[in-house]
Amino acid sequence: MIMTMAKTPRLHLVDRVNPVSRLAAAMLLTTPLLLTVDWVSAAVALGIQLVLFAIAGVTPKVLVSRGWPILIAAPIAGLSMLLYGQPEGTEYWSFWLARITDGSIELAVAVTVRVLAIGLPAVLLFMNVDPTELADGLAQVAKLPSRFVLGALAGARLVGLFMEDWRAMALSRRARGIGDHGVIRRFATMAFALLVLAIRRGSKLATAMEARGFGSDHPRTWARESRVGWPDAALLCIAAGIAVLAIGCAVWAGTYHAVWA
Amino acid sequence: MEARGWGWRHAGRRRSALDGIDLVISPGERVLLLGPSGSGKSTLLHALAGVHGGAEEGEETGSLLIDGEWPGSVRGRASLVLQDPDSQVILARVGDDVAFGCENLGVPRDEIWRRVRRALDEVGLDLPLDHPTSMLSGGQKQRLALAGALAMGPGLLLLDEPTANLDPAGVDEVRQSVARTLDRTGATFVVVEHRVDVWIDLVTRVVVLGRDGRVIADGEPQHVISTQRDALLAAGVWVPGVRATVPTARPAPAASVVDLEGIDLAIGRRSDVVVRSGLSLALPRAASTVLTGPNGAGKSTLALTMGGLLPPLSGRVRASEGLADGLKADPIRWRSRELLTRIGTVFQEPEHQFVASTVQRELEVAPRALGLDAATTARRTHEVLERLGLDRLAEANPFTLSGGEQRRLTVGCALVAQPRVVVLDEPTFGQDRLTWIELVTLLRALVDDGTTLLSVSHDAAYLDALGDRHLDLGSDALRMEAAA
Amino acid sequence: MHTAASEISSPSAPRKPRDLRWRVVDIVVASVIGVATGLLFLFWNNVGYAWFSAADALTPGLGGIAVGIWLIGGVLGGLIIRKPGAALFVELLAAIVSALVGNQWGIETIYSGVMQGLGAELVFAIFAYRRFGLLTAMLAGAAAGAAAWTLELFTSGNLAKSAEFLGLYFTTVVISGAVLAGLLGWLIVRGLAATGALNRFAAGQDVAQRV
Repeated sequence: MIMTMAKTPRLHLVDRVNPVSRLAAAMLLTTPLLLTVDWVSAAVALGIQLVLFAIAGVTPKVLVSRGWPILIAAPIAGLSMLLYGQPEGTEYWSFWLARITDGSIELAVAVTVRVLAIGLPAVLLFMNVDPTELADGLAQVAKLPSRFVLGALAGARLVGLFMEDWRAMALSRRARGIGDHGVIRRFATMAFALLVLAIRRGSKLATAMEARGFGSDHPRTWARESRVGWPDAALLCIAAGIAVLAIGCAVWAGTYHAVWA
Repeated sequence: MEARGWGWRHAGRRRSALDGIDLVISPGERVLLLGPSGSGKSTLLHALAGVHGGAEEGEETGSLLIDGEWPGSVRGRASLVLQDPDSQVILARVGDDVAFGCENLGVPRDEIWRRVRRALDEVGLDLPLDHPTSMLSGGQKQRLALAGALAMGPGLLLLDEPTANLDPAGVDEVRQSVARTLDRTGATFVVVEHRVDVWIDLVTRVVVLGRDGRVIADGEPQHVISTQRDALLAAGVWVPGVRATVPTARPAPAASVVDLEGIDLAIGRRSDVVVRSGLSLALPRAASTVLTGPNGAGKSTLALTMGGLLPPLSGRVRASEGLADGLKADPIRWRSRELLTRIGTVFQEPEHQFVASTVQRELEVAPRALGLDAATTARRTHEVLERLGLDRLAEANPFTLSGGEQRRLTVGCALVAQPRVVVLDEPTFGQDRLTWIELVTLLRALVDDGTTLLSVSHDAAYLDALGDRHLDLGSDALRMEAAA
Repeated sequence: MHTAASEISSPSAPRKPRDLRWRVVDIVVASVIGVATGLLFLFWNNVGYAWFSAADALTPGLGGIAVGIWLIGGVLGGLIIRKPGAALFVELLAAIVSALVGNQWGIETIYSGVMQGLGAELVFAIFAYRRFGLLTAMLAGAAAGAAAWTLELFTSGNLAKSAEFLGLYFTTVVISGAVLAGLLGWLIVRGLAATGALNRFAAGQDVAQRV
C-alpha cells in the first residue's frame, strides 16, 4: 500500500471524507447486498456506483488497474454457482454433482454482478486512504482503544522495510546457490526469515514506543484532529440510499432472494 | 537517579543480567557507560527509561529510582534513543513522529507543534513536517528519534549505542546534535557505546561494568580510560589512541591480472531507476579492493552488480577466463549454483541470508547445492567452523548468535564453497573491537591465499587494513579508470 | 503495571498466575504478525485463489483445501501472544491489510477476518488461555475453518448451493484449517521460538533456556 500510494489517483469530493466514514459507507452500502442473491439489486447498485465513481474521477483505466482482482473473481464465482447452484426448473446438463439448470443460471448471473457490486466500492473508496489518517479516525471518531489502533499503525509502517528485506533475501538466495530450484522451499525459508525479522523489529519498535511514553494509563492528546462534517454525512446518505434503492428495486421486480431462503 | 543493590534477571535465563548495582547519578552529569557485550549495559539503560518489561519478562531485585520514584511510573522524565535507526521510526511523517511522545504525555495540541518545531530545529533536521520518514538516511533517522525524545522535555537523556549502525557522517550529525542539546537544556545524560572517541569529549564521567554485571570502575573519563585500558580492550571497547594490531594494506601491483571488471556500467536495483552510470572498474586478482563513498552513491548496488546478483542496466560485467571457467563472461548469466564456486557475496544484514535451523546445516547449504559428497562436505564445514571459531556453536540456531558470530557465519557460508572472488557489503558494521580484529585478520589471510576481495565500507580503519586498492564512488576516479 | 517493582519470586517458582492484560510489545508484535500475515494473504490471494477457484468452479467443494492459509493469522496470534483477543486481532488485521491493498472480496474480507478470528479465539478461550499445544492449534484452525464456512453461507450465497456441495466444502475447509493453519502455525511458532525472536514472550521463554 505504501508503494502504490504515490501514484494513486485522487477522488474528487470523496477526498474530503474522513477515512472512517468511508469505511462506514462501504459497509452501509454493501452489507445489505450480502443478504440477497439476485441480479436486480446487484445491477442497480453497480450501475449507480459506476456513475458516481465516474463523477468522482475514476477513469476506466483506474477501474481496471485497481479493480482487476474483482473483475477476474466475478466470472469465476459465477461459474461455481452455475455448476453447483441449487437446481431448479429445466435441467440443461449434468455431470456427477454439477447440474446446470434454469435456477443455477439465474443464480450465476446474480452472483457475478453481486461480486462486482460488493467488491468495487471498497477498493475505490480505499484506494487513497492514508493509514495515519485512518488510525486517527478510528481512535478519535470511532473511539476504538488508542493503544491498539496506534500499535497496529506503527506495525503497519514496517511494511516498507519488509519489502526491502524480501528483495535482499531473494538476492541472497541466489548468492547461496539455492536461487534456481525449489521455489516452494525458497519461499518458505524467506517467509519464515521475514517473520523472524518482523518480530525482532516489532519488539524493538515496542521498546521505542514505550520509551516515548506510549502505553501508560495516562490520557493522551492528539496532534492531528480527525474531524467529520457534512461531506461525511453526505457520503453515508448516498451509500444508504443506494442500498435502499437497490433492495427496493429487487423487491418491486420480484427477484429478491434472501440468502437463507 | 539512584540504584541500590539493583539487579535484573531475564525470564527464561538462570543468570542475572545485572546484579547488585550501586550507582548514583546527579542531575546534569554526563556519563559514558562501558562494558563487554552481555554485561547488561542496555538492560540498565532500559530500566532507567522504565521500558525493560514487567514481571512477564524478568525479575527485579533491589531498587532503582529516578527523582525518588520508580522509573515506570514517571515515563517521560527519562527518554531513550536506541541503536537501530529503522526500528524506532514510529510514524510515517516527520512531524507526526516527533509529536508522538508529546501526545502520549498528554501535552495540549498547540504546545505539541511548538515543541516539534523546536526539537527538529535543535537536532538540525530542516525538513517539512509532512516529509516521509521512510526517505531519511540512517543518521537522519537517529536525529529524528533524538528530536522525538527531546520534544518530551526529559530531564534524563539516555542513548543506547546511538551511532553503532551509522556511517561516519551520520555519527558526526548525531554527536553534534546531542552536544548542542545538552548545552542548551543541561539535561542529565547517559550513553552506552563501544566507540569511546565519539563521546569522550562530551562526558564528565565514565562507568565500566564487568562481565558479571557489576560496576568495576567509575570516575573521571581520562583517568578511568587510562587505568582500565586493558580491561576495556579485552571487552572489545574501541579505546582512543590504541590501534588494532592487524597487518596494513599493501598496494596491488599495477600490472596484476584482473579477475573481474565492470565496463561502462549503469547500475540500479530496479530496471527503471538508474542509480549511477558510466562506471568502470577492475578487480586485480589476489588483492583487496575497498569501495567507499557517501550514502546513496550506489556502493552496495555496484557490489551486488559486480557479484552477479543484479543485472547491469547497461554496460557489462566481465569475468576473466580463469574465473568464468568455461561459462560465459557475464556473471549475471551464470546459474545460482555456478556462482557459488566463482563469486561469494556476503550481505550487510546477516539475517537476510540464513536458510537453515543450525549453524552446521547453514554451512552445508553450499556443498549440497554443489553436489559434493558427504566426506568432502564434512571436511570443509569442519575446517570453516574451526577457522571462524564457531565449532562450539555448530548446533546453535543461526538467528540466536551474537552480531559478530552471525557475521562470521555468513562469511563462512561463502568460504565453504571456496569461491575465487568474495564480495562483502559493510562487513564491519556495528562490530566491537575484538570481532573487528578477528574478521579483518581472517580476510587478510584469504587474500594472501589468493582470493580476490571486493568490500564496501565506511570504516577508515578497515580501509587502512584492507584497502590494497581504494575506489571512491564519491569522486570521478571510477570514470577515469575506463580511460586507463 | 504501576505497582512497586520489588515483588521477588524465586527462580524455580511454578507457573505464576498469568497477567492477561496486553503489554505494548504484545500489541506491536501482534500488529506486525498481522501485517506480515496480510502480505502472505496477498500472495495467497493469487496463488491459493487460483487453486481455490479452479477447484471450486470445477469440483464440488474441494476448493476448501486451499482455505487453511487464510486462517493462519488467528492461530499464530493465539499461540504467540497468548492473550484474550490475540487470535481475533491478528486475523482481523491481516484481513484489513489484504482488503486495503485491494483484493477480490472488498469489505467482505473484513467480515471474514472477524469470523475466522472468532473461530480460533473461541478454542483458545475454551482452554482458558492456558494450553498452547498442537491439539489447541489444530482445533483453533479447524474452528476458524468452520466459522469461515458459516459466514460464506451468507456472504457467498452458498446457502443456495446443494447440500452435497456444502457437506464436502465443510469437510475440506475444516481439515485444511486444522492442517494448513493449525499444524503449520504450530510448527512456525516452534521455529520462531528456536530463533530467540520470541524471548519477550512466554511462548519463547518456554523454549529458550540458554544461559
